[in-house]
Amino acid sequence: MLVSILAIPFSAKASEEEKGKVDVKENIFHHLGDGYGWEVPFSHTYRIPLPVIVRAEDGSWHCFSSGKLIKHDEEIDPESSKTHVVSVPQIVTIDKDGKPAYQFVLAHTSKHKNKVVQLLPTSQGEQEEAMKIASSQNDEIVDGFVKFDGKYYKEYKPFDISITKNVLALFIAAALVTWMVMGLVRFYTRKGFKAPRKGMGFLELCVDFVYTGVIKSTLGDKAPKFAPYLLTAFFFILTMNLLGLIVIFPGGANLTGNIAITLVLAVMTFVITNIHGNKHYWKEIFWPDVPLLLKFPIPIMQVIEVFGIFTKPAALCVRLFANMMGGHMIVITLTLLIFIFAAYGAAIAGVSAVVSLIFSIFMLALDTLVSFIQAYVFTLLSTIFISMAVHEEHGEHHEAHESETAVAPKIS
Amino acid sequence: MELFTPDFGLVFWMFVAFILLFIVLAKWGWPVIIKQMEGRADAIDKGVEYAREAKQQLDNAKESAQQVIGEAQAKQAEMLREAAKMKSQIIEEAKKEASEEARKVMEAAKVSIEQSRKEAELQFRNEVSKFSIDIAEKMVRNQLKNDEEQQKLVNKMLDEIEKN
Repeated sequence: MLVSILAIPFSAKASEEEKGKVDVKENIFHHLGDGYGWEVPFSHTYRIPLPVIVRAEDGSWHCFSSGKLIKHDEEIDPESSKTHVVSVPQIVTIDKDGKPAYQFVLAHTSKHKNKVVQLLPTSQGEQEEAMKIASSQNDEIVDGFVKFDGKYYKEYKPFDISITKNVLALFIAAALVTWMVMGLVRFYTRKGFKAPRKGMGFLELCVDFVYTGVIKSTLGDKAPKFAPYLLTAFFFILTMNLLGLIVIFPGGANLTGNIAITLVLAVMTFVITNIHGNKHYWKEIFWPDVPLLLKFPIPIMQVIEVFGIFTKPAALCVRLFANMMGGHMIVITLTLLIFIFAAYGAAIAGVSAVVSLIFSIFMLALDTLVSFIQAYVFTLLSTIFISMAVHEEHGEHHEAHESETAVAPKIS
Repeated sequence: MELFTPDFGLVFWMFVAFILLFIVLAKWGWPVIIKQMEGRADAIDKGVEYAREAKQQLDNAKESAQQVIGEAQAKQAEMLREAAKMKSQIIEEAKKEASEEARKVMEAAKVSIEQSRKEAELQFRNEVSKFSIDIAEKMVRNQLKNDEEQQKLVNKMLDEIEKN
């Protein structure tokens, strides 16, 4: 963890432009966003190539290395006359029956920025038309067109299930969770009733913390039914959060700070909650215990409750996303301060570097804490939503009592 | 903005990854861990309870042993005391009996002595009276050799009787 905390400012420094001018917004979004390759530590140009999987306009699937989308050119800096390597996007052409048929390119000046788009055959007239539109609206981006190498092409946004940086990070996180959990299981099968120590002991502690502290105390005797989902969610989120804080290769992908990830997680909770919702749960929504006027001629309560079904998981989704993205954004911004202040001379740059570094380390330590808290909060709230859906009126006292007895020996 | 619009590819892969992870862990992971943890917790609870009971039993055993020892000691003391008491009683009784016996012997001796003395006295008396009668006979024979003398004596005796 410490290594990762220390590594972010340095590697960020290395990956920023060495030239002086810093596009802050571009940089932040580059680091928070997804990409077709994985940054090689301490290099701004090179990427670890990953497979791009796209479905072209005619429905055929294509898979190629993301390394083909970029070519590396040597460029001479006019000021210092030193050569350095720059990456230039290039067209990937895929043949069909021996003839070039599909062209893909990493869009830059397009509505689908930083995505792979398919270039469609474009006539001279259409190109000129697009040019005209661009100059008339005073914006290079023209709807339906991608500008590449000074020319406009008609574009098609393919159905894209590429193994991007985030997807690979996702697999790594899933593999890591599987490895940890199955490691613990293997320990049990080998050592029988012995208690695990060190790392496995900590893992078991976390499982116990979530299972006994959250799931069992809330769901009572229904705990074993929902525990696998909730525990999987907790450890997956936690692993993704912590991996996101590590800057170099296996980590560094801003997964839980990506709304797609949190959306899926929230949808899972939503689906489980509503599938297992019992009569009592649906009655509370469609015929709650409120004065008749609030629910009969105009279904005010029903509207609010139905709305509530969706806002609860939406809050889950946005909470995790915003917390994690915010944390990353602050660290990146603090690091970028060094490069912003670099323009004001060595003394200011030096001071700002030290200050930024201290703040970055502090923020990363805080983010480590937030990683745990957010994983915990997501699990806790999911558990509460599920328990509200499966809760039976009469069972309350019994469940509460049972959970107490379950917790008591742990405390003592 | 790119950050706020979920990318379909990522949603798809996240879904796949999560479902796979869930299936694997729900089948081979979590139930085993939960079962193991609860089993161990139960075993520890039972062990603690067992140890507590064992300690209690041990304490109880010690206590009862102490009690038994105490009782035995008390009994022993009691017995010693009783023995001492019995000893003194026996001695006392023996003494008493002996003195009684002695007294009885003495009494018997006294009685026999008295008896012998009485017998001797009686014998002595008889003899003395016989002697005295003999003497008196002889004296009387001597004195009564004349009638005058005899008359004098009779008168004297009669005077004596009259006086009385």
